[in-house]
Amino acid sequence: MAKKKMEIDALDGDKKPLRYWVLNEKIHNAADDGAKHIVVKNVLGQRFIADCMEHKDLKIDIHGTPGNDLGVFLSGPTIEVFGSCEDQTGNTMNAGTIIVHGNAWDVTGLAARNGKIFVKGNGGYRIGIHMKEYQDQRPIVVYGGCVKEFFGEYMAGGILVALGMKIGNNKVEEVPSKEVVRGSLGSGIHGGAIYVRGEVPEHYLGVAANIQPFTDDDLKLLTPILKEFCKYFKMPIENIWEREITKIAPSSSRPYGAYYNPRTV
Amino acid sequence: MDLDEIRDPKSRLSHSEFGRLGRIGSMGEVNGKWGKIGVTLPPNGFTKDIEACGIAGLINTNGKTENGKRVIDMITTMTDRENGLGAGYACYGLFPDLADSFCIQLLLDDEEAKENVEEFFKRKANIVKDEEVFKKPVRGMKGPYPLIWRFFLDVPEEVISASPHIESEDDYIVDCVMNINEKINGAFCMSSGKNMAVFKGNGWSHEIAEFYDLAERYNGYMWLAHSRFPTNTPGWWGGAHPFNILDWSLCHNGEITSYGTNKRYVEMWGYKCTLLTDSEVVTYLWDLLCRRHGLPKLIATMALAPRYFDDIALLPEDQKKIATELRMTYGRAMVNGPFSILVGTNRPNPSMIALTDRKKLRPMIAAISEDENTVYASSEECAIRRVGDAKEVWAPVTGNPVIAQLYRGLVWRGTEKQFEGKKIKLEV
Repeated sequence: MAKKKMEIDALDGDKKPLRYWVLNEKIHNAADDGAKHIVVKNVLGQRFIADCMEHKDLKIDIHGTPGNDLGVFLSGPTIEVFGSCEDQTGNTMNAGTIIVHGNAWDVTGLAARNGKIFVKGNGGYRIGIHMKEYQDQRPIVVYGGCVKEFFGEYMAGGILVALGMKIGNNKVEEVPSKEVVRGSLGSGIHGGAIYVRGEVPEHYLGVAANIQPFTDDDLKLLTPILKEFCKYFKMPIENIWEREITKIAPSSSRPYGAYYNPRTV
Repeated sequence: MDLDEIRDPKSRLSHSEFGRLGRIGSMGEVNGKWGKIGVTLPPNGFTKDIEACGIAGLINTNGKTENGKRVIDMITTMTDRENGLGAGYACYGLFPDLADSFCIQLLLDDEEAKENVEEFFKRKANIVKDEEVFKKPVRGMKGPYPLIWRFFLDVPEEVISASPHIESEDDYIVDCVMNINEKINGAFCMSSGKNMAVFKGNGWSHEIAEFYDLAERYNGYMWLAHSRFPTNTPGWWGGAHPFNILDWSLCHNGEITSYGTNKRYVEMWGYKCTLLTDSEVVTYLWDLLCRRHGLPKLIATMALAPRYFDDIALLPEDQKKIATELRMTYGRAMVNGPFSILVGTNRPNPSMIALTDRKKLRPMIAAISEDENTVYASSEECAIRRVGDAKEVWAPVTGNPVIAQLYRGLVWRGTEKQFEGKKIKLEV
């Protein structure tokens, strides 16, 4: 039985980044040998880290910059990234948690089915594209900062949140309300909900995305999620309530129903 | 190849070796462990990696020159993006002693092609100096290697006044380059600018760097790099990036779906597309828009990746007019399809420009160093993290360029609104 905690260096003997399959093999082996806490240091662009892992009580700490597809098909472990992620973080994840103390750029939470992604910083384009939910499986993506265009594109389920804050070590700064999200917001959305902290101009909304009233039910739904977010990034939840939250939800479950055949409406 | 070599972290398999292994499906049953390795392969059963080109660049805006080490580190960090079928580098500021002469670097099939080119140049211009470009054989890199030669040329005054359609020495050099690429067998121009050069070839990015000895041999204030994953067009020496005309160099990741339209458009202006790939045409568009039509770089990016009419409708009246006119005038210069490009130029001031398509279908990350003297742009953030401490890393807005200029620093971050802070007037 191996030690409960294991450390892995992602640089090779020549101080060059290990190839992704070599690093991933080490992580998988460590987990299979019974490690419960794996610390990976000096990560630099290695892709597919922790792909398909199903170890429920495993924690993986990543120091550095993991490459594309971090936690792809993840089904259980918790990954904490001390640095920034690149694209496709949590691609098609099934369960587990990804916590990012930095930015996570494009296409985060792509087609996720369940699990949670918490990002302290900013995001790029197409975050939460085609996320989906089924019964009690509901993926959640929360950004502390701002995101770019196509937030929640073709979204079929789950919860997306953008808070528009600059979360520092001891203080939290506000970003102007109109910069939290960008255009084509929720374009083609047909399930789930997007929550944006601040005002959302009408022309930002994509096809089938509608601004809807933020009710007590939404508050009840969001509170535990945001509490968890605040716990990870050590900030008081009161800061979040200082600005109103806008809810965006689909106007129809089939926004493109009439696109090719008008008679199907 | 033994399977254990993959498990050994010190083994440094090339991608092609790995791909070959991956295709042997029965391998797992031989030692009973293949199934496990399968999980750490690309997950959804790919037997080969489907990737995309990688681009990386840096400019020292304080004018400090450096060798190619950092840019090589950047591009090789993203080696998962390439497949060994082309890579290249562009270096600016490497010939300070011959900065006023055009440096033409050529890929040549053989001595005969070289003699033909030399003959051609003797007729056309004054050869200030010519030399073979240093190269060394690289283990594992497929031959045969071409002959690589560079000529420093001055354009004589009288030839410009003698020909009716040539207005400047730049036009004259473009004409020469097109002539060589089209008419001289076995000769292609890699680069043709002043105080800059392109080094490219058919291989992995680390191989090409070693082949030209870029880590030690040349010093420049701006470096661009590209590693290629050819999708629609062949991987060959001439088709590697950066593409160049005069001092415009271009690294491109993506596909130009409007290639036909763009090609016919630049052909009307005398450019000839000879390198069998779509990216080439964008280089000529930059030269056409910025040098010949005199558009500022920011305006040129609005022609290449224009805003949607819905967005234009929200602009103030005078800006709306300019944006609309640009779309109307340069409809055929609009580059459609997924792309992210990195452009280097010397004119009017040495600058690096990073631009993505309007829907952000290809990655691009920009960063500025702690001392604000270096601006980076790259496909992936890991490349920037590899070479230095970035003060800030950001994602530029779609269709909005990042422009960094020598001695002026970061002049446009790519997060501003269209025309923000610019006083632009349309004069007809």
